[in-house]
Amino acid sequence: MTTPLPGSIDDTLKLLGGANYVADRPLATVVFLALKMKRPLLLEGEAGVGKTEIANVLAKALGRRLIRLQCYEGLDTASALYEWNYAAQMIEIRAAEAEGVRDRERLVTDVFSEKFLVKRPLLEALTPDASAGPPILLIDELDRADEAFEAFLLEVLADFQVTIPELGTVKAAEPPIVIVTSNRTREIHDALKRRCLYHWIGYPDFARELSILRARNPGASERLAREIVAFVQALRQQELFKAPGIAETLDWASALVALGADRIDAATVSDTLGVVLKYQDDIAKLDKPRVEGLLKQAETALKAAE
Amino acid sequence: MTAAGELRLAEQIVRFARVLRGAGVKVGPGAALDAVDATEAVGATKRQDFYWTLHATLIKRHEDDPVFEQAFRLFWRRRDPNEAIMAAMLPTAPQAAVERPAQRRVQEALQDDAPMRLPKPRPEDEREVDMRGSVSDIEILRHKDFAQMSAAELAKAERRIREIALLWERVPSRRLVPDPRGHRIDLRRTLRGSLRAGGELIELKRRAPGKRLPPLVALLDISGSMSDYSRVVLHFLHALGESRGGVSTFLFGTRLTNVTRALRTRDPDAALRACGQAAPDWSGGTWISSSLHRFNQDWSRRVLGQGAHVLLITDGLEREGGDILAREMDRLHRSCRRLIWLNPLLRYAGFEPRAQGIRTMLPHVDELRPVHNLESLEALCEALGRRGPILTNQTSAAK
Repeated sequence: MTTPLPGSIDDTLKLLGGANYVADRPLATVVFLALKMKRPLLLEGEAGVGKTEIANVLAKALGRRLIRLQCYEGLDTASALYEWNYAAQMIEIRAAEAEGVRDRERLVTDVFSEKFLVKRPLLEALTPDASAGPPILLIDELDRADEAFEAFLLEVLADFQVTIPELGTVKAAEPPIVIVTSNRTREIHDALKRRCLYHWIGYPDFARELSILRARNPGASERLAREIVAFVQALRQQELFKAPGIAETLDWASALVALGADRIDAATVSDTLGVVLKYQDDIAKLDKPRVEGLLKQAETALKAAE
Repeated sequence: MTAAGELRLAEQIVRFARVLRGAGVKVGPGAALDAVDATEAVGATKRQDFYWTLHATLIKRHEDDPVFEQAFRLFWRRRDPNEAIMAAMLPTAPQAAVERPAQRRVQEALQDDAPMRLPKPRPEDEREVDMRGSVSDIEILRHKDFAQMSAAELAKAERRIREIALLWERVPSRRLVPDPRGHRIDLRRTLRGSLRAGGELIELKRRAPGKRLPPLVALLDISGSMSDYSRVVLHFLHALGESRGGVSTFLFGTRLTNVTRALRTRDPDAALRACGQAAPDWSGGTWISSSLHRFNQDWSRRVLGQGAHVLLITDGLEREGGDILAREMDRLHRSCRRLIWLNPLLRYAGFEPRAQGIRTMLPHVDELRPVHNLESLEALCEALGRRGPILTNQTSAAK
């Protein structure tokens, strides 16, 4: 069942909030515009700030299908667009031979028909689907694909149509909702950026991170949740090779709840630091006095917030 | 809103886009039209919504956020008392941009002809100081004109580089290309070929991983002790970027500056001048460890993906920071595929790594090569064209 697209920024905020995604107003604005103007949305930001989650949440909230294309180096049209089912085609050819069909023309049209076409994510997203409305196409971590693929994608995103030589042109009746994410391990080409609306998702502030944690992990007690968020916020101020994202905050909360902790102290932090920090350099940096200093800092921030 | 009012707003948005462009943000005409559409779609009544609507359509890079913020604040302030400021801003803003020097001169020339002198744009460095806040007093904020390299030398270098850059090492890519001796069967081509023969014959076509040029990242020391070499090397890097592409260049003295975009300007003189303007710490002191730290922290994950090769061009004369320097070098070494240290001090035949900095850095590099004349640059290109690790005489001598 599809839900109609939101009619204003406030509606977008409500829609995302309804699916447990606590967005700030700038993000809601750009999501609303992407839906309204039917333009792809390019989201950049550090790992674990909820770029991919937007697509999941939109699919859930709007009742659309989610089609995901995970990018990697060497991604080619055979795995992104379409591939023929060669095994079945060869059997078909042999069967035709056994029946004594010698007509080459007919054989070619038979073998290259939709029956033998294996649709990959991009083609799937462009194929009109009357029942469900245009799907959500998530092109995840585009920076991992090589530049050749980016150029190809540019073509698809411009017209929302692809041509299969044997079959003809497939065109989306209504363009899919496209979300492109990038971790910036390399710069996305300007030409592709020009086709998209762009938004940088940063780390949330204390209040928003707390609402996210409350929405996603209701199991954590109010006090624990506040302490966790305050500590992570203080941790992000440190010079770390990789600062923890929201995903790490949520993981950490789950870990602490599973351990039965109802508040955090230096010992708990040291024991579970691997959930929050993923680089040995960073973990080594946080020795006991540093952790205690951060705890004190978090405590002061909590008191000030009250 | 009335039709006239809308038209006015659209006009203002287009003018705003022009101001952004003048301030160095890449804004295409399409983006301005999008912005007009988007404001209509949002029907923004709140200032914040209007801000983010324009941001969504006009800004495509996170780095441009501060510029947008300032421009927005200046441009869209309440109208009546400040009309004069806005009017003054439009003609001045394009000059504030880091444009090609020639263009700047043309603008200045045009200005001299104008009947009324427009307010002088703020000089470049002043603006930079504004944006960055306090500047360390140890730094020497000096812009050098380094377009003095002799034309003959330059021409020879570029000619030579164009010839040899083709030899650049290629690394295996994961993308598969047709290859008669490949290990994987290419079913698509096999079946097509077979059908061409009426489906009778099946000749297996094969494919194998292709090759590609790895990204190249250059970290160039522009401190005083390197001043004789940094310009030549910068010329070299510019020519390299022109011929092979995929080169990111960073300058460091007391701070790290990314000049990749500035170096993309076709004309080498203009490109080098743009670099000179971008880096405020030209010919000052050198803090290798803190510059490397900044690179590791802010850039390594953005430019060292996909098996990058790193050229570190410095004399390694750093007195302080033994431990920190070792740690940063180690981090850099582990983040890239190949780390090549180009050191002009190797021009001395009996060079021995006595300085503390050099001794600290040596264990963390894959190769150490000289970089003091054209021959050494040629040798570098040739060595990089070969496969596998290369231990030069210099390296073994130094070790």
